[in-house]
Amino acid sequence: MKTGRFWAWLVFILGAVYFFIPLIATVEFSMRMRRGAYSFDAYQIVLGDERFQATFMYSVLAAIFTIILGVLVVVPAAYWIRLRLPQLRPIVEFITLLPLVIPAIVIVFGYIRMYGSNSPLPFLASNTGANALLVIGYATLALPYMYRAVDTGLRTIDVRTLTEAAQILGAGWGTIITRVILPNVLIAVLSGAFLTFAIVIGEFTMASLLNRPAFGPYLQNIGANRAYEPAALAIIAFAITWGCMSLIQILSRFAPKSANRPN
Amino acid sequence: MTDLSLSDQAIAGKTAPPSEARALRLPTQWLGVAPFFIFAIMFLILPTFYLMLGAFQNDAGEFTLENIAALAQPSIVAAYWISIKVSLASALIGAFAGLAIAVAIVRGGLPDWIRSATLTFSGVASNFAGVPLAFAFLATLGRIGLATMILNTLFGFNIYAHGFNILSFWGLTLTYVYFQIPLMVVIIVPAIDGLKKEWGEAAATLGATQAQFWRMVVIPVIWPSFLGTVILLFANAFGAIATAYALTGSSLNIVPILLYAQIRGDVLHNAHLGYALAFGMIVITGLANVFYIWFRTRSERWLK
Repeated sequence: MKTGRFWAWLVFILGAVYFFIPLIATVEFSMRMRRGAYSFDAYQIVLGDERFQATFMYSVLAAIFTIILGVLVVVPAAYWIRLRLPQLRPIVEFITLLPLVIPAIVIVFGYIRMYGSNSPLPFLASNTGANALLVIGYATLALPYMYRAVDTGLRTIDVRTLTEAAQILGAGWGTIITRVILPNVLIAVLSGAFLTFAIVIGEFTMASLLNRPAFGPYLQNIGANRAYEPAALAIIAFAITWGCMSLIQILSRFAPKSANRPN
Repeated sequence: MTDLSLSDQAIAGKTAPPSEARALRLPTQWLGVAPFFIFAIMFLILPTFYLMLGAFQNDAGEFTLENIAALAQPSIVAAYWISIKVSLASALIGAFAGLAIAVAIVRGGLPDWIRSATLTFSGVASNFAGVPLAFAFLATLGRIGLATMILNTLFGFNIYAHGFNILSFWGLTLTYVYFQIPLMVVIIVPAIDGLKKEWGEAAATLGATQAQFWRMVVIPVIWPSFLGTVILLFANAFGAIATAYALTGSSLNIVPILLYAQIRGDVLHNAHLGYALAFGMIVITGLANVFYIWFRTRSERWLK
């Protein structure tokens, strides 16, 4: 048993070294901008850059719309499958796994060919259309995570009893979904939302191929042209990802544990 | 108890309606899932099919296998080959290292806070991919990166003089491993948690040594989810482009970067060859995921 513990410590320390060195190196590199002294100049330049603010706000907005679209598409379907159409579950689960099978670059390639300016549904003919298409693309990328989060949330509540109770009290479908089901799975939906945010905020492939002024292409552009700012941006991006994951973890403490009450 | 029997009656009442009522109700039954299916068909399935069809058509819209055959040209084969090598190497390294870390934190007798800290960090690092990850590795192992300089000044070992380059196969693999290991940890820890204490006790009662317990119980139980996750990691790396593009520009010729260049500027001078390239990617990740689903259904038996 003692040797086992030794190996466990060794593996853990090696892993920690591999994961922390790049972070330390990036922090160190991002502070090297001023010659001979460590400074936060790179951060100042990045945060003061107008394009940083514009692209970051654009991506935040895209993420918010993506979350709204994802919730609108996923919540009714997941709810309805639990309530009435359990036989569709395998099909829906298969579809929600597809974005992990089909690379994002292939999906967006399909969009460009199918929804180009000369197509019957010319999303790419206008700016608004292209923005909408980006949000739609992001929603497909987030589909596996959003669906799983919502489905897990629905599993912990008694969907059928809640629905019937609401119906007996005279609620219509809209009321049931927005005032009974959604509040009960709100924490699951929020976890899915923060994960979506973490995925979408720095996304490069789709935004770049749809020519959107998003944060991902901006990052790439800075990376190709500057020396120290990219390291500062990497630290900022890491902090954002960390923030999203922490929020998910904090939220999970408020989630109901199980619907299987002893009775 | 009373509410249970009540809802049972309600279900019974709903599942046996008169037959004509069922015919009328069918469309509304589907209404709840309609947005999902319309969304999935329009923005996931149709665009993919469009490309797959395009891969088998020429400019005049006639059926042809020429595009698929054209994939056999050396530069494209080389792109697929290096993509497969990077994805496979990063998946295997990530899987074994991730497994080792998972075993260490779950069964290694380490303090509890290490387990939760590792899991939290893994959740973050598995999502820390794309362009910023490339920046981090450039700052670490680039020509003036911290690790490069420390190795050079402290140990007199210049990794670049010894053939290492961050813009190469190993550079890219080492970078991908940064999100592959945490992903493995996140997926495999539940599988290792699923190993019941009773199994170890039962094996010990029957006189098994620790080594026998691992060889005959633990490894066979974990094996399917391990292999399944390797495949998921492979597909994960195979479709990734942002990290590679930010790291190497277009100097490393992997398939997603080639496809990216093709979409932007038709570098292959044949639109339908681009479709074929995309089709090839779908075939490879699709095959990988067929195996993944197969392994997963096999592994779930043990995790109930």
